Amino acid sequence: MTTATGPATDPATDPPADPAATARAVTAPAGRGPWRLVLDQLLARRAARFGLLTVALLAGLAALATPLSALGGWTPEEFDRSAIDPYLGGLPLGAAGGIGPDHWLGVEPVTGRDLFARVLHGGQVSLLIAFTATAVVVVAGTLAGVAAGYFGGRTDAVLSRLMDLTMSFPSLIFMISMMAVAKDVNRVLLMTAVIGLFGWPGIARVVRGQTLSLKHREYVDAAKVGGAGSWRILGREILPGVAGPVIAYTTLLVPGMISTEAALSYLGVGVRPPTPSWGQMIAESINFYETDPAYFLIPTFFLFLAVLAFTLLGDALRDILDPRGGRS
Amino acid sequence: MTRYLLRRLLGVAGILLAVCAITFSIFYLLPNDPAAAACGKTCSAERLAEVRTAMGLDRSVPSQFAAYLTGIFAGRDYGSGAGTLHCAFPCLGYSYEYSMPVWSLLADRLPVSFSLAVGAALLWLVLGLGAGVTSALRKGSLTDRSLMVASVATASLPVYFTSVMLIWGVVRGAGLLPYPAYTAFTDDPLSWASNLLLPWLALALLYAAMYARQSRNSMIETMAEPYIRTARAKGLPARTVTVKHGMRAGMTPILTIFGMDLGGLLAGAVITESIFGLPGVGRLFYDALVRSDQPVILGVTLLAAFFIVAANLLVDVLYAYVDPRVRY
Repeated sequence: MTTATGPATDPATDPPADPAATARAVTAPAGRGPWRLVLDQLLARRAARFGLLTVALLAGLAALATPLSALGGWTPEEFDRSAIDPYLGGLPLGAAGGIGPDHWLGVEPVTGRDLFARVLHGGQVSLLIAFTATAVVVVAGTLAGVAAGYFGGRTDAVLSRLMDLTMSFPSLIFMISMMAVAKDVNRVLLMTAVIGLFGWPGIARVVRGQTLSLKHREYVDAAKVGGAGSWRILGREILPGVAGPVIAYTTLLVPGMISTEAALSYLGVGVRPPTPSWGQMIAESINFYETDPAYFLIPTFFLFLAVLAFTLLGDALRDILDPRGGRS
Repeated sequence: MTRYLLRRLLGVAGILLAVCAITFSIFYLLPNDPAAAACGKTCSAERLAEVRTAMGLDRSVPSQFAAYLTGIFAGRDYGSGAGTLHCAFPCLGYSYEYSMPVWSLLADRLPVSFSLAVGAALLWLVLGLGAGVTSALRKGSLTDRSLMVASVATASLPVYFTSVMLIWGVVRGAGLLPYPAYTAFTDDPLSWASNLLLPWLALALLYAAMYARQSRNSMIETMAEPYIRTARAKGLPARTVTVKHGMRAGMTPILTIFGMDLGGLLAGAVITESIFGLPGVGRLFYDALVRSDQPVILGVTLLAAFFIVAANLLVDVLYAYVDPRVRY
């Protein structure tokens, strides 16, 4: 995303360096930067704190999937015949789906693959797809929205028709068919592209509206009078203005992306086994919900948690960054 | 109004044509050979050539597309001589898997999907708007907070989890309802409703949660408008203020979302239909995917697009009646 505010976009990794600055912030709250204020407001809300923490935790687990699974002693594709009962149709030995010191979250029935390793690697795939698809959607949507709003006229007409057309596509049906028709390609890449293809009009509309309201403000006119070109105005004056709603909207996009990935993989057109993803794990486990509930509940819980956390975080961000759109 | 309608209908036709062309080119230009799929695995070279001619695949792509479009309005014949297959209006192609025109397949399954969609939509409107308006009127109260926590959590639950839990709890555990098996409304309305109750619930809970959040925001914003204060000040009963002044304006944004959701639902309920084993359009689509029955995939996609576009148009027209500020 192109926010012209530079390093201040990530207040979390931007601790107050010198003690004097901290002191200033304490004595004079008005002196804090806008992003610092956002972080403060976020941390003041319980739901947002929970969301932020959970998102960080899940992202950390997914990023460190390989070393963490090594800690548990298993790779996601390793079979463990000793953990399942061949006389009971391959159900895991032991209580709660074989949860124990050997397998922290139990094992898969039939194969005995380690669920801890699979859930982490599955999260890696699910979140990777969700994040990349969101990035594609946000970049494409912001560009289209800014262009439509700022240039107006024919550009706006063409882009708006394109948005209407894209929104008229039965997206889930279309995504499923495209995933099913394309056989031998990189599934993760294809899924990102396909999900991204249908997501951009939503954010483009938000950005277009915001741009329309910004482009006749005095400071934009001032920049124009000062001799700034279109690109400079877009980059320096318009984009920072739309950054707030875009960030809030982006966070709220992620849960939809996670769910879409899960739905596609659930229907068997997403990632291919043995690569795990949460949706694909749930699809495999759904037939075992009575005989081995833990196997079904563990990936479902992670999926639920991820969607919930991003929704809570996005809600709070929207309330803070886009008060008119948020109507808190 | 008539002029507006005519203009919109023209736009709708344009969008459908574009959807049709794009879908057609994607499915017919990709490496999969529909003739080979139709002919089966043990197919001689001559037979394959015959099938290709019968399906019109030996012609150029634009002429195939033209034949497809003509078929939709006038019906068409596949092949020639004794083996001619007639496909009557509206011909959306011919499925060699089922040896039936696609439209007959769709027409068989539409009542199921329609029943599922309408019942679920009614349920989620009642639950969602009820919860949303209750919350908005008691903003900040314990009721409001519990309803909102519940709706955030419910909106994050994957639909497969809700479905499985409903089957497990209501059918297996309590034995209150039979396992859903579709009965036509015209055969036995009571059995129709009791069989569809669980799929309705599974689908409606997710949407109800989202609608509760949306309608709460919208209502809170509306109730803060000056004209609501005026209505109160002139001594109208609280009920009239809420229902006639508040809800009428507060619910209009919901109408837009509702149109899009309902239009998308007819084919978008793939997962719900497949979990509950309902023989609807979604299920037909899923089976077609597994057998790579391309005419059916294309037909469902077009039909789904048609419903989305039609629902949007309907909503825009309804707007003129619901919102007195909108005039065409």
